[in-house]
Amino acid sequence: MNETNSTQPSQPSSQRITAALIDDEPLARMIVREYLQSYPNITIVQECNDGFEGLKTIQLHHPDLIFLDIQMPKINGFEMLELVENPPAVIFTTAFDEYAIRAFETHAIDYLLKPFSKERFDKALHKWLDGYKPEPESAAAQPAATNPAITNPTNTQSLLDTAAESPAQQQRVVVKTAGKIKIIPIEDIHYLEAADDYVKIHTHNGAFLKNRTMGYFEKVLDPTRFVRTHRSYIINIQQVTRIEPYEKDSHLCVLSSGAQVPVSKAGYVKLRSVLGL
Amino acid sequence: MAKSPLSSGRVVVIFTSWFAIWALLQTHVLLNFGLRAVTALSDSAFSNTILALCCVLISNGMQYYLPKKDRYWYILFISLGLAALCTALCKAALVPLLHTPGDPVDYAVFFTRSWTVRLDFAFLQIGCMCILSVLWYSSEEEQENRQRRNDAERLAKEAELFKLRQQLAPHFLFNSLNSISALIGSRPEQARKMIQQLSDFLRGNLRKEDQQWIPLTEELQYLELYLEIEKVRFGHRLSTELDYAPECLEYRLPSMLLQPIVENAIKFGLYDTTDSVTISIRARLVDNYIRIEVVNPFDPETSRPKKGTGFGLTSIQRRLYLLFARPDLLETRVEENLFITTVRIPANWPAANPTQTAQP
Repeated sequence: MNETNSTQPSQPSSQRITAALIDDEPLARMIVREYLQSYPNITIVQECNDGFEGLKTIQLHHPDLIFLDIQMPKINGFEMLELVENPPAVIFTTAFDEYAIRAFETHAIDYLLKPFSKERFDKALHKWLDGYKPEPESAAAQPAATNPAITNPTNTQSLLDTAAESPAQQQRVVVKTAGKIKIIPIEDIHYLEAADDYVKIHTHNGAFLKNRTMGYFEKVLDPTRFVRTHRSYIINIQQVTRIEPYEKDSHLCVLSSGAQVPVSKAGYVKLRSVLGL
Repeated sequence: MAKSPLSSGRVVVIFTSWFAIWALLQTHVLLNFGLRAVTALSDSAFSNTILALCCVLISNGMQYYLPKKDRYWYILFISLGLAALCTALCKAALVPLLHTPGDPVDYAVFFTRSWTVRLDFAFLQIGCMCILSVLWYSSEEEQENRQRRNDAERLAKEAELFKLRQQLAPHFLFNSLNSISALIGSRPEQARKMIQQLSDFLRGNLRKEDQQWIPLTEELQYLELYLEIEKVRFGHRLSTELDYAPECLEYRLPSMLLQPIVENAIKFGLYDTTDSVTISIRARLVDNYIRIEVVNPFDPETSRPKKGTGFGLTSIQRRLYLLFARPDLLETRVEENLFITTVRIPANWPAANPTQTAQP
């Protein structure tokens, strides 16, 4: 197809790689598409205008690789990834995001700073393609998506954990409920409750489950507004109407919604200091 | 260093006349005591000249040494010392010179009798001069301090304003460059056009740093340029409406004031919904204010625009406050799913009014 083929690793032509482009700017997708033309074994399954479309595409086509912008309408790239169960390999394409760059440096497969050159693009792609070179035979024998080296879930997970500390993501929580995506501004949260592997987020329009730990929310949410009053509970202090003694060492916190949340002995100390009592 | 009061021509004239008047008065008094006219004139001319010189000496001397507040009594001693010196000089010079035996009034005896009065007058004159000089130099110093303080404040304010104007989002620049990069391959003509637009935009951005107030019409042109570039990036879902009353076009407003608001509106509009977005900009002259409204859609479900105006608007508020000392010129309101940012510029503000502004 063209001369740049010489710079690519030898890939078995039988191995098809599927990719999706997720960026809200058509021209930004166009350049990735153009650069990908020199990789005949990579097929673009879908181009997506935003995170919602991206999510649908990932669920539908299970691409091996996505090119993901960060700043996008409604939900950003990180938030979209949070909602994907088995995230594919991700190469971020972004213009300028100091915070994100810090996150990438430790965890991402690679990130491309817009505008990027073909050379830089090739380098990022090869970094990933080389990742499953060690066993080319077995990799060729099985579908790419099942190869753990490609999807690299631990990397994506730690990337998301780091990204979650960014200021934008501390303003809201994105959840998936009955196939729909819901964005919860954090001031709408009444309290959080541990529920097995999930955390149940109670808000004034219902409760939502999120595949996260209590420790994660305790770290991410603003400690001056959210207090972990109990091993299994984090409350929004703006919702507190009164605190009542319960059993010998514990208390009960009554929220404006009427919900009663247990407060442990240690939680009571924390709650009092945050409320300035 | 503060300038001596005697460096001003007007003060020198007053100073000289003052001593001339005193010399005349003294002549008159001496004549009344029965001295001969020549003797009286010479006496008063000489003694007042000496006195004037002493005053000049003390006044200029204070340029270099100004007693501190708690040492003002030094002035008394200095004045007394100089007055004594003055009187002694007069005696030493005048008595041998003007004493002619056979005069109706013996000059030597007259001088001996009058020296206390002479000393008193000299002391009072020099003392007055001292006090006036102290006042003069203190006020000069005060003025210098105030000037320095003002300069420092002005510099700090300018630096702050400069920083606030420098909010050209790197996002915008890099994404535009990326769009150009994408266009070059398939649509080079359009890429070239966009480079042109981006250059014009950046040039305007640079030029406006030293030109603080620009006519609304120019600012609107500049905004259009900005919106054109944004439309290349988001053309599929961004449209704009520009609506202005012709009478407000000539009014001036601080440069780079509207662009961050429009930028904020675009960001807000484009990133808070996945649908098509229309950004409206309206300018009207209402109740002696240039009122500019920027309207963008948003999703009331997920956004809380009332809580915190976002960085873009905070910096605008700060700029307006620094320029007009008023916190109420930037307002935001919500109408259903529209977010409306309103800026008002007082139309009778000297720098804003085209008829009052003398354009250099």
